[in-house]
Amino acid sequence: MNDKLYNNRAWWLILPMLLLVAFSAIIPLMTVVNYSVQDVFDAHTRFFTGTEWFRETLNDPALQAALLRQFAFSLTVLAIEVPLGISIALLMPRKGWQASAVLILVTMPLLIPWNVVGSIWQIFTRGDIGLMGWGLRELGYGYNITRSAADAWGTIILMDVWHWTPLIALLCYSGLRAIPDAYYQAARIDRASRWAVFRYIQLPKLTNVLVIGVLLRFMHSFMIYAEPFVLTGGGPGSSTTFLSQTLTTMAIGQQDLGPSAAFSIIYFLIILLVCWIFYTAIMNLQKDKQNKGA
Amino acid sequence: MEWMVWTTPTAVFFAAIAAILLGMTAWELASPTVERKGFLPIATTRGDRLFIGLLSAAYIHLAVLGFTPLNLWLALGISILWLGILLRWG
Repeated sequence: MNDKLYNNRAWWLILPMLLLVAFSAIIPLMTVVNYSVQDVFDAHTRFFTGTEWFRETLNDPALQAALLRQFAFSLTVLAIEVPLGISIALLMPRKGWQASAVLILVTMPLLIPWNVVGSIWQIFTRGDIGLMGWGLRELGYGYNITRSAADAWGTIILMDVWHWTPLIALLCYSGLRAIPDAYYQAARIDRASRWAVFRYIQLPKLTNVLVIGVLLRFMHSFMIYAEPFVLTGGGPGSSTTFLSQTLTTMAIGQQDLGPSAAFSIIYFLIILLVCWIFYTAIMNLQKDKQNKGA
Repeated sequence: MEWMVWTTPTAVFFAAIAAILLGMTAWELASPTVERKGFLPIATTRGDRLFIGLLSAAYIHLAVLGFTPLNLWLALGISILWLGILLRWG
């Protein structure tokens, strides 16, 4: 039953928000576009460079390496966090005080600010006073995140998994709670195996929350900055320097405003494309559901 | 507006985007879009196809600029052609 009034003039109601966003995002973004085609020294000294910065940025081996590293990082954490998050959600108790207690415990890492997460792991992995660093060394493994790129990578991935798997777990937990008991009863009558219940009841019902979870985790891991910056500073060498840190070094460290503006625009285009793909996927999933329901 | 360090090419660029948006609004008022399925794998409205066209135009320009010695006007031509194809048959 749809007897709502259809009136496009309601769009004017978003005008205040649009003005606010114009000042906080759209106009600054237009300025970035202006910067990307010039070499700006100050308000009066600037030279038009055209597309030079873009050409340089696209062909810069350091930036290409950072981009590949970024994709490798994002895909690795997704490949670990999604299955792990689902498993944790399946294991979490559903009723009683245990449910609340486990929920609080699982949520804990999500409440810690990014910088603090970096600091915690920085201390945790130190060879002299850190539990993990000291422990691994005592076990005979020469663990050192400032020397070995593999150690640094492993630690950053472990840190991200520790920090963000709870998000996937919580989303999946809420998705699992939303499945009516009737489905499980029907499965018991059919003597369905645990795997069949997961594959044909739980997983399909989790699709929506998983798409949102994957989107959030991809976007956030793609823009990760504070944690690796505090933990490894991008090192050893540039082995854990991700995109946002490369950009910061260029824009603030070296004041290369033109090239970093060009770089920002390319970064923005990648994020925009991925966001759009995920958004379209989510909207189409919902549409399919509605069609099936009708 | 001095702080925004405007140049003529960027001004033309944004003016063109604004003109496209205004034109699409006028078109929408004159004849509202109908969601349909073309050669793209998803059903799209006119605005969706415009967005896909603009986003792929950005990537076409970057690819031509960064990895080929070709002229950028060629990229613009390809993009406009592609946008037309998308809007008509997408």
